[in-house]
Amino acid sequence: MPITIPPIDLLAVAPEIAVSGFACLLLMTAVFLKGKGGWVNACVALVGLAVAGWFALCQGAPRSAYSGMYAADGFTQFFKIIFLLGTGLVVLVSVKYNEEENMNNGEYYALLLFSTAGMMLMAAASDMMTLFLGLELLSISLYVLAGYARNRPGSNEAALKYFLLGGFAVGFLLYGMAMIYGATGHTDFAGIGREAARGADNRLYLVVGAVMLLTGLGFKVAAVPFHQWTPDVYEGAPIPVTAFMSAGPKAAVLAVMIRVYAQSVSFMHVDWLVWLSVLAVMTMTVGNVAALVQSDAKRMLAFSSISHAGYAMVGLAAATREAVASVAVYMLVYTLMNIAVFGILALVARKNEQRTKMRDFAGLARSNPVLAVSMTILVFSLAGIPPMAGFMAKFYVLMAAVKAGLYWLVLAAVLNSAVGIYYYLRFTVHMYMDEPEEKLPPVKASPALVVAIALSIIGVLLIGVVPSAYLEMAGRAVVSF
Amino acid sequence: MSVGHYLLLSAALFAVGVVGVVTRRNSIIVYMCIELMLNAVNLTFIAFARQLGDMGGQIFTFMVMTVAAAEAAVGLAIIISVFRNRLSVDVDDVNLLKG
Repeated sequence: MPITIPPIDLLAVAPEIAVSGFACLLLMTAVFLKGKGGWVNACVALVGLAVAGWFALCQGAPRSAYSGMYAADGFTQFFKIIFLLGTGLVVLVSVKYNEEENMNNGEYYALLLFSTAGMMLMAAASDMMTLFLGLELLSISLYVLAGYARNRPGSNEAALKYFLLGGFAVGFLLYGMAMIYGATGHTDFAGIGREAARGADNRLYLVVGAVMLLTGLGFKVAAVPFHQWTPDVYEGAPIPVTAFMSAGPKAAVLAVMIRVYAQSVSFMHVDWLVWLSVLAVMTMTVGNVAALVQSDAKRMLAFSSISHAGYAMVGLAAATREAVASVAVYMLVYTLMNIAVFGILALVARKNEQRTKMRDFAGLARSNPVLAVSMTILVFSLAGIPPMAGFMAKFYVLMAAVKAGLYWLVLAAVLNSAVGIYYYLRFTVHMYMDEPEEKLPPVKASPALVVAIALSIIGVLLIGVVPSAYLEMAGRAVVSF
Repeated sequence: MSVGHYLLLSAALFAVGVVGVVTRRNSIIVYMCIELMLNAVNLTFIAFARQLGDMGGQIFTFMVMTVAAAEAAVGLAIIISVFRNRLSVDVDDVNLLKG
């Protein structure tokens, strides 16, 4: 049997190579720095992300690389930019926090970069094998990151829970993949779609496989009923890591879901969109209702991130080109605002994360008015109040769902946003109307954090006021697939 | 022996793994059950690859094995760090976070 070696398209995977290469470099600089000068590590990480971003921007014409295992198209490119932006913000948020918690070493940033490489691989995956490898690269790095504050029992516990439940979910995901492979004889999405459309003989395998795949992905995106791990893990992990986990990986899994389910709706004869709609409604509702009763801000934001995944899944269920573009914009906006909110929380929480309760925000308006205004803008955006980007993002997703005729789904989403406003505004109430229980020195943001917050606020306002440019960008990205 | 037998065996192994994860309380045993699930997946892939006469499934198995090894390294390290702080690896003792 002649062996043909497929052409090696290095430009397509250049962003991944850059990110992984810089991660390896970080492992070395960490050795030479011997624990001193943590900001050097952060700078190296930022340079790596910038280089990867540049490679991602000049990716070239949409094409399929590595014998159809890797799709280098506009959609991939758009998501890669989201991941790189998100990781960059997380690096900026981490610098001061890590210094205070004495965990400012190169390995931390290296792990962040490795998981970013995993996310980019996921967004580009057009084969189950690439998808699996990307997902595991992301997850394994995240298991370590969740437990990075080694001496804090909460962080240990978060890592253990995340690891055990994550491994469990991957078992389901893989079994699903095996079933799909058995039914169709293909591991690439295009081939699976073709075989399924032809009417495969082993329909049972196909259905079981697809349901298990959805279970595995649902776990990773924290869709209800596979969300139980989320609040615990988000609460226990160090705050910058929580910020990271709540944004990028969600976007990555949604990108995968779009490729697998929305791109090839004919994938199987089961009606996917109904399943996705049900998941979306449950995710939104449970996330929002549970967030209402939380007193811990970190835990509340964990539930809020569950509900945001639900809103994004509404767009997924609509499954039109427009809807997919709006989901991409939603993830961009969500990444910007959520990471910055966690950045402010890291500041308010102070050393050892002693103060992560909602009422610890009390009096922030007096002690640091600029920070309070920033927080207000960001939570308004999370709540979806115009003219912030959060509103426009949600609006476009719901518009697309209306056009697809999913009225009941849109109704559920609107009711849920109304509930959401209540708990997001509690931040504002605490900051502006409450007196702090004890006198503490006012919090002061580090330069890196100021840059991160300023960037996200500029982004949030810019996308909120002129959203059409971004939507067009996303639209162009989607057309290519 | 037809492919069906292998599939049945792997489905049984997978089920044993799932039940183990849900019922066992020692985190190392839970992790062993997860490994059992992954090995059931490997068996499924191999069986299908044999039936279809396709290399894809066998290659996938290599990927799963490699990743499982990496996961084991990380997972056992996490379990050790939990043990250092609490002197227990029982998942019921790990209940600092409500939920």
